[in-house]
Amino acid sequence: MNARKKRRLAFAAALVAVGAIVAGVIIYGLGENTMYFRSPTDVAGNMVHPGVAFRIGGLVEKGSLHHGEGAQVRFRVTDGKSTVPADFNGVLPALFREGQGVIATGSMDSSGTFVATEVLAKHDEKYMPPEVVQALKKSGRWQEGPK
Amino acid sequence: MTGELGQLALCFALALSLVMTVAGLFGAKEDRAAARSVAVSSAFGLFVFVALAFLTLTYAFIVSDFSILDVASNSNTLKPLVYKISGVWGNHEGSMLLWVLVLSIYAALVAGLQRGGPRLTSAALGVQGLLAAAFLLFILFTSNPFLRLDPAPFEGAGLNPLLQDPGLAMHPPMLYAGYVGLSASFSYAAAALLVGEAGWARAARPFMLVAWMALTCGIALGSWWAYYELGWGGFWGWDPVENASLMPWLIATALLHSALATEKSGAFRTWSLLLAIAGFSLSLIGTFLVRSGLTSSVHAFATDPTRGFFIMVLIALAIGGALALFAWRAPTLQGGAAFEPASRETTLLLNNVFLVASCACVFVGTLYPMVLDAINGTKISVGPPYYVLTFGPIFFALLVLVPFGPQLNWRRGDLKAVWRSLYPALGLAAVAGVVVLAIASPRSLTAAGAFAVAGWLIGASILDIRKRRGARASAFAAALAHAGLGITLLGVTGTTVWRSEALTVVAPGQTMTVGPYTLRFDGVTRVKGPNYIADRGKFVIMEGGKAGATMLPEHRLYLAQGQDVTDTAIHTTGLRDLYLALGDDRDGGRFAVRAYVSPLAPLIWLGGLVMALGGALSLWGRLRLSEPENKPAAPAVAQAAE
Repeated sequence: MNARKKRRLAFAAALVAVGAIVAGVIIYGLGENTMYFRSPTDVAGNMVHPGVAFRIGGLVEKGSLHHGEGAQVRFRVTDGKSTVPADFNGVLPALFREGQGVIATGSMDSSGTFVATEVLAKHDEKYMPPEVVQALKKSGRWQEGPK
Repeated sequence: MTGELGQLALCFALALSLVMTVAGLFGAKEDRAAARSVAVSSAFGLFVFVALAFLTLTYAFIVSDFSILDVASNSNTLKPLVYKISGVWGNHEGSMLLWVLVLSIYAALVAGLQRGGPRLTSAALGVQGLLAAAFLLFILFTSNPFLRLDPAPFEGAGLNPLLQDPGLAMHPPMLYAGYVGLSASFSYAAAALLVGEAGWARAARPFMLVAWMALTCGIALGSWWAYYELGWGGFWGWDPVENASLMPWLIATALLHSALATEKSGAFRTWSLLLAIAGFSLSLIGTFLVRSGLTSSVHAFATDPTRGFFIMVLIALAIGGALALFAWRAPTLQGGAAFEPASRETTLLLNNVFLVASCACVFVGTLYPMVLDAINGTKISVGPPYYVLTFGPIFFALLVLVPFGPQLNWRRGDLKAVWRSLYPALGLAAVAGVVVLAIASPRSLTAAGAFAVAGWLIGASILDIRKRRGARASAFAAALAHAGLGITLLGVTGTTVWRSEALTVVAPGQTMTVGPYTLRFDGVTRVKGPNYIADRGKFVIMEGGKAGATMLPEHRLYLAQGQDVTDTAIHTTGLRDLYLALGDDRDGGRFAVRAYVSPLAPLIWLGGLVMALGGALSLWGRLRLSEPENKPAAPAVAQAAE
């Protein structure tokens, strides 16, 4: 084996090692930090454990929005079939409306209330998050076409 | 009339792009000067006709010609002129036209500058023509901006209010100049594979620099917009859309460094070609991700499945074709030149390993949820902690290594001497780290480490600049770009670690505190803008009992869409931002308010600007020495600089 070949071999081995490390880091990172998306019906069906972070999506139930002390907000997320109460301490995004789509990140507490750490803003009035559309389709409350 | 004129111009442009493809490739392969000059003329013609189409559409937006569907759905007579113009690219059809316009500008530049000799230029034009033809077909068949609407409505639907913003008016053209700028490197790389690779890295260098600078500025603008417009005080959310612009930037950065080694010492020959292909491929994938509606965001214009399918086929052909060409021709290329372990090539190699690895982390995090959704419909999201865990350490390690690169010589360097010469920077790093540990609260080891690395980067850049005193301006390019990294790191660390936040409901006359500030709320007034009405809150910063500066955050209702938008108010000292977003109305004049104090926030974007300035210096040096092949080698200092 000449010097050039040796160097190439060493180089290839180093490259494989680096690739393996990076792949390991990525797989570990994904395992620790992915969040599932759940609909209110999934939650009602006990598909989530208290304390485990996930994302919930659906419509903000009409008449469910209440302001508490300070910046405390309480509302209910529904997909037409099941409904989950949600607590949020923070300022709601400008496009948050009763009867419209919402996505929130957080986890269930022991009493069955969703404690939101983040309520996502939509960017556009016309826009419905695909996750919400899916949740509504699953519960059979999705209507095609213009409103 | 205007619609038909634009349509006709696009058809001519398509014909010219096809002529350019055939003539360019034929002229290069068969070495025919006549065919090559046809390719050059059609490149100029392509630019003229695409520009004509673009101006026609712009005119239609300015005069609010609602007989054109695209204008009717995306514009409005009440909109200020500047947003009528930016509305041209604030929608799918117009943004695709802008994409092709930028592509044709680069084609014209390739034709005009004739870098790398006639054959290489001609082949590059052929490839660029093929790309233009593909995108023109896409526009004409699935995304025609000149479609008519009959009868024409009296008023248009208006532009998404979030996009009615000066930062956002400039962000897409900037980002496109970067994305599409990588097409020039891609075309040159493909040309090099077709006709023999000599000199392509030098020929494509100005295009790489322009693309990289534009990407840097585009990403910075987008992040700045997210910061002040979205009202949550963040500057980067690891959103798929943001990642889509970060990935090409990482690869373009790797390419800038690797192609430099290819040009100066002959190392990494095949690798640089592969990076040039990968860079533009990621731009294409980015466009697809962002525009297809696969991700939920303000950028998702196209939700029409034919468009998504067309773009996917187009991308598959471009990437697959380029990779096939690479697999076919690369084995025939000359191997890379050898170098010692202690040499600039080694540092550039490590630079590339880290950049590509960090890009791989972002790539997997961005695409994994989409792939999983496509396979079994499971909806997951990959949050910021993933990126902090994977991208963070890799990029951090890269930053630690950066200062060595510019100091080591090509092929064989003296690591010990370089290490000794960097002692002052090491001193600055230690001081920065210790000071942060000693005085900043809350105490954070991460922040101390980040400040040490920032001090290391900036210190090394200052040393580098001192060493090169008297050299031509472009000798300082690397020092500036690397210092910019350090500055951005300071800003990112400051905002992430020491940000204070207040979330309260205030009534008029009440005060609130956030960080070191006390604010008096003076109530809300109703104001009327050109196309919106707004609740404007008045907040006064109290300094020792006296009233200081006034801040006016707004909550706007845009009339055409009936859409609410938060307009934040930011008071900056240059080193610290006080940030206010007016929340919802809680009756009786009371309002929810969100306030942040973000130390060092402005440095995030200042650093980006400094990086881009480094790129500009290097570009300026390149263009002044336009044909250096025929000149004797530049003095050692200047050469080491680039």
